[in-house]
Amino acid sequence: MTERTMQPAGLRASLRGKGAVPRGSYDGSFFRRRTLAIVAAAVVFVALGAVSGTFVGFDSIKAILDVPGGLVWMATQFVPSLPSLDKLGTILPALGSTILASIASSCTAAVLAYICAVLGSRSVGVGGPVPLVVRGIASLFRNIPVVAWAFILLFSFKQSEFTGFFALFLTSFGYLTRCFLESVDEMSTGPVEALRATGATYGQIVAHAVIPLSIASVVSWVLYMIETNIRDATLIGILTGTGIGFVFDIYYKSFRYDVAGLVVLAIIAVCIACELVSNYVRRRIL
Amino acid sequence: MTPSGSVVLPNDRRAEAAASRSARPRGDAGDSRTEVRFAPAIPTISGTAETLADVTNDLRSTNNLQPEDDPRVPAGARVTRSGKIKTRVASKPNVALMLTLGVLALVTVFTMVTMNYGKVPFAQAFAAAVGDFVTMMLQPGLAGHFTLPDVVEGLFVSLALALLTTFIGAVIAFVLGLLAASNLSNRAASNAIKVLMSVARAVPTILWVLVFSVAIGLGPEAAVIGLLFHSVAYLVKAYSESFEEVDAGVIEALRASGASWWQVVFQGVVPEKVNEMLSWTFIRFEINFVNAVAVGAVAGAGGIGYQLFLAGSFYYNIHEVGLIVYLCLAVAVVLEVVATKLRKRYIVQH
Repeated sequence: MTERTMQPAGLRASLRGKGAVPRGSYDGSFFRRRTLAIVAAAVVFVALGAVSGTFVGFDSIKAILDVPGGLVWMATQFVPSLPSLDKLGTILPALGSTILASIASSCTAAVLAYICAVLGSRSVGVGGPVPLVVRGIASLFRNIPVVAWAFILLFSFKQSEFTGFFALFLTSFGYLTRCFLESVDEMSTGPVEALRATGATYGQIVAHAVIPLSIASVVSWVLYMIETNIRDATLIGILTGTGIGFVFDIYYKSFRYDVAGLVVLAIIAVCIACELVSNYVRRRIL
Repeated sequence: MTPSGSVVLPNDRRAEAAASRSARPRGDAGDSRTEVRFAPAIPTISGTAETLADVTNDLRSTNNLQPEDDPRVPAGARVTRSGKIKTRVASKPNVALMLTLGVLALVTVFTMVTMNYGKVPFAQAFAAAVGDFVTMMLQPGLAGHFTLPDVVEGLFVSLALALLTTFIGAVIAFVLGLLAASNLSNRAASNAIKVLMSVARAVPTILWVLVFSVAIGLGPEAAVIGLLFHSVAYLVKAYSESFEEVDAGVIEALRASGASWWQVVFQGVVPEKVNEMLSWTFIRFEINFVNAVAVGAVAGAGGIGYQLFLAGSFYYNIHEVGLIVYLCLAVAVVLEVVATKLRKRYIVQH
């Protein structure tokens, strides 16, 4: 399977050689060629890994030896101590605002992304250059590093909750547009055609066919986005000085690892709770 | 949208018909638009269900028919007390969906109202942000803090970090994925690995990197190990799910012929799934590159992300940020296009 799909036809033919067996009859060299292809792919991967390892100065033996030590260090240093529990008063509000910002940014981004996705869809969109433009914008917003967004927003909006929210909003918008485009394009076109045949307007088609057909998968994506945003909010919080990321950064940089550990535990709890809730909701709506 | 769930109906025959219809897949909108089927029976159609129902109502009153006796009402259609055909039925998934949307909307409105917007006037700040964005995108350039070779080298460092993470992660995830696949492993091992992976996924990547950069010192090792946790968790999930799709007959046939566990894996499972595994691995490589840039910025792990961080928070130079953003964009867009193609070709088909 590997060689058939990974290599161009010419290479495949030359690999078969002169003594190629006619199609349909038993080819004794099949397994030998397959093993050869797998070994060759593995050698290429290892070589690429070795080149990039030497390039960045990655010491694989040191890394392997460091992992257990690092985990033990983490387990001993990041255990929340009793005095650190007093800091819950500052941790919990920050955690709450992070959760709220994650939900709000996912939902607002979802509304905008859905409009863009419907207009830019290849099956039910408005056509013309719109699909290309929408795909371009989605790719631009998704692939500009979140670090760059954080700086631009921090320059003008300064350090406020809105800055963190807006940074999450911009990245969610790019990601969700791409996902929604796929959901809208994947749905069956029968109902849309039926409505079009009865003379429904574009608005009626969207309201009575496109939205009912895609809403469940859209909600599922939004739930996934909320989960992702809660995790990403930590990074954005460190960069923009908002929410739970900022609280972690303060204690981490002042070597109060016990409090930082408490923050990490709180984030873990919220992430797992969020995953469970969204799995439950997904089961109910699908 | 398909009528389902229990709604009181005029007689038992209807109830049975409705029950049999409820087995159809959800979201079949053609089914809920009763007016489409209805059309030939009525001379004038204006297009919406309400009007149609009114027409039916009028016809019924003139003919003095009960709704359930009306031959024009299709069997199984729900009728209200006044005789109109219901076009929306409150089934359980619909109620849950509406509830979810309602809660999300409420939380969003609450957040937007109570959010702290800072001391800066909003319109002014927004205009400044848009201006900065336009400057960044239209006037990228170097201002003397970095040379072009520096930045390109940084880009390759980030790529190399992502590559290393992906390769090491793929090897670890392959073994764990085999142990986590329910058809190749026992229940206890499978569940233990799945729980472990969901905990590893719950900690944000950046925290893993920050913690390891203190525990084992700054450097590429800390960055790669920190990035590995999410990589492994993601790939274990992808690999084990694709292993579980392998036809049980193939595995059984190999086992029956006396193949060992490793022979089952390498003769039955891997040849069938190798394309899918490679696609998932490449998709993860794309994510790892984005993460490597972000991690470089915050944890000082080097690469183009660190240069982006310096340009943004130390030199405050929007032109340099622009140039670095363009380099990242170029790589990310190429990776995204390839990943999308691979996904379409090898993963979505099932």
